[in-house]
Amino acid sequence: MFTKHRRRLAACAAAITAVVALSSCGARTDDATAPGAGVSADTSGDTVKVGLLNSLSGTMAISEVTVRDSITLAIEEINAAGGVLGKQIEPISEDGASDWPTFAEKAEKLIQEDRVAAVFGCWTSASRKAVLPVFEENDSLLFYPVQYEGLEQSPNIFYTGATTNQQIVPALDYLKSQGTESLYLVGSDYVFPRTANNIIKAYAEANGMEILGEDYAPLGSTEFSTIVNKVKASQADAVFNTLNGDSNVAFFKEYTSAGLTAEAMPVLSVSIAEEEVGSIGAQYLAGQLTAWNYYQTTPGAANEAFVEAYRARYGADKPTSDPMEAAYTSVYLWKAMVEAAGSFDVTAVRDAADGITFEAPEGTVTVDGATQHVYKTARIGRIGADGVITEVWNSGEPIKPDPFLEGYDWASGLS
Amino acid sequence: MTVILSQLFTGVSIGAVLLLIALGLALTFGQMNVINMAHGEFIMAGAYTTYVLQGVITDAGLSLLVALPVAFFVSGAMGVALEALLIRRLYARPLDTLLVTWGVSLMLQQLARDLFGAPNVQTRAPELLTGNVTVIDSDGGVDLVLANNRLFILALAVLAVAALTVLLRATPLGRRVRAVVQNRDLAAVSGIPTARVDRTTFFIGSGLAGVAGVALTLLGPIGPTMGTNVIIDAFLVVVAGGIGQLKGSVIVAFVLGVLQSTLEYTTTVSVARVLVFVAIVAFLQWRPQGLFTLRTRSLA
Repeated sequence: MFTKHRRRLAACAAAITAVVALSSCGARTDDATAPGAGVSADTSGDTVKVGLLNSLSGTMAISEVTVRDSITLAIEEINAAGGVLGKQIEPISEDGASDWPTFAEKAEKLIQEDRVAAVFGCWTSASRKAVLPVFEENDSLLFYPVQYEGLEQSPNIFYTGATTNQQIVPALDYLKSQGTESLYLVGSDYVFPRTANNIIKAYAEANGMEILGEDYAPLGSTEFSTIVNKVKASQADAVFNTLNGDSNVAFFKEYTSAGLTAEAMPVLSVSIAEEEVGSIGAQYLAGQLTAWNYYQTTPGAANEAFVEAYRARYGADKPTSDPMEAAYTSVYLWKAMVEAAGSFDVTAVRDAADGITFEAPEGTVTVDGATQHVYKTARIGRIGADGVITEVWNSGEPIKPDPFLEGYDWASGLS
Repeated sequence: MTVILSQLFTGVSIGAVLLLIALGLALTFGQMNVINMAHGEFIMAGAYTTYVLQGVITDAGLSLLVALPVAFFVSGAMGVALEALLIRRLYARPLDTLLVTWGVSLMLQQLARDLFGAPNVQTRAPELLTGNVTVIDSDGGVDLVLANNRLFILALAVLAVAALTVLLRATPLGRRVRAVVQNRDLAAVSGIPTARVDRTTFFIGSGLAGVAGVALTLLGPIGPTMGTNVIIDAFLVVVAGGIGQLKGSVIVAFVLGVLQSTLEYTTTVSVARVLVFVAIVAFLQWRPQGLFTLRTRSLA
């Protein structure tokens, strides 16, 4: 019985090894025909390839699949309208698998093997930092669509999400205008919340705001009773929340059962969008605040068309969120840059980028050539009991990106 | 003063959660020497049972009450299936049960992902449990407020321990379980059907995991990986309490809860977690057998 099993196992293993060996041989012969590092995009045919690099599996898949979907939507729309420079866009999707070395590997594959003209994707700062050297070595382009902690700039990345002066600083200005004099900081224990909180503390010191406490929970932690006790005891005017993922569910449940309310002590979150509101439960979030550049309810014809197109493509119950909108917009920005340059060449595209605008669902966005970030309107939203986020304040006009916070005296010691 | 009382309550409530997730494990790991890595997924099954029932029964309070016995039965049945299909063959090889049940736990996580989707879901808590009781109302200072859901979990933990104690101490089944634990061979030759006792014990232990799952829905998200988040804590409680000793688990759970909440208040969450682990390691150096040990006539 056992030996029979074992023999069959061995046969299977041999077969698998043979298949793997053969397929890797095939790949190697392909490689031989492709040029080495510094390859330019393959635009010889009727199509131009672009790479989609998102986590389609693993812990980040929940968020990143929606980003991939909205990039796909933008590509389909552009193709239906005639493509870019007369060529149809051919998306090549790769799974970063929530694993940073995999992101770097797949980026290299997209650039060198598929010879894509640009790559759209990444979510966490860790994945962006992992692929950055790959894009720089090959002089290729990445469009990164998520708000992040700033303090970075690469000639090979276009940042279409918010940097801190377009999200966190306006959020603090808003709280201040509401009479907030003291804050309690709660965040997940990794790079984004810690960097964000350093910025918040510098802001608070310069603006006469008091920080009454600062607490971090390990990423994924779901035990918040002591932190909520501390927050409550501090009697701060508001809580600034940089928690990510699951932890938000446990935090807001604990917050509610400790008797804290949005009226008594509002929580302003920078990582909870429409998608997350659904999974946390609107009843725990009613009245709480968020800071983004886009909400599903943002007024305007461009957004109505975006929301409608997204629902028609992926289902009537699917919400749209800020990172999805920024990803969608990034494809159109790339198209506009290519058309302005009249070429898919990376250097030409980069040179043509400054001042490129697009009527995005969030409003007009403009590329700042110097920093390769975009001008974005900051928006504060309030979460309703029905889970819909409605805007309560906006910056009126798009804010110039300032990733190193050079325009703020109080931030001089940060970067 | 109220801060101390309030933190004490927090510690006790963390302890109650620890106890609930560890109680079933204390039975299957402690009494039967089976390292069941899928115990966390039985907790997850209890949580998803609550979620599914809430889709059927719209009244949140009623569905929670129905969920308790149903989750007990669902997780218990899963435990029996696991015991009958795999663990039964591995009683003499405890290390192998670790690997096998770990594989089962991964499969159950994937199954949950396929059935309920990768994003977390959550249940509506009944109106009564979202509120709180104000015990001390100090003007302007810190009130002593006890969250109703935490009180409910505390009551549930006490009830589960009481029921298990009565079962083990005062029923014929309990006597048979204790006999099998102390000396399996002697119990067998005395006419006790050890295989059936094993199965029943596994049913109860796994069922308790289901009850813990129902309790956890009141505190946080329900997701495919929620089991892995709690399983380490559960093992810590059982090992530090002394394998095979319920009272050890009870004491260790509450001590760890209070220790965790005190350290969290005075330091930070991450530091507190490290200090608790250090404390457990130091304790196990001093008493490798745990807080209490099982005295047995078995020569093995």
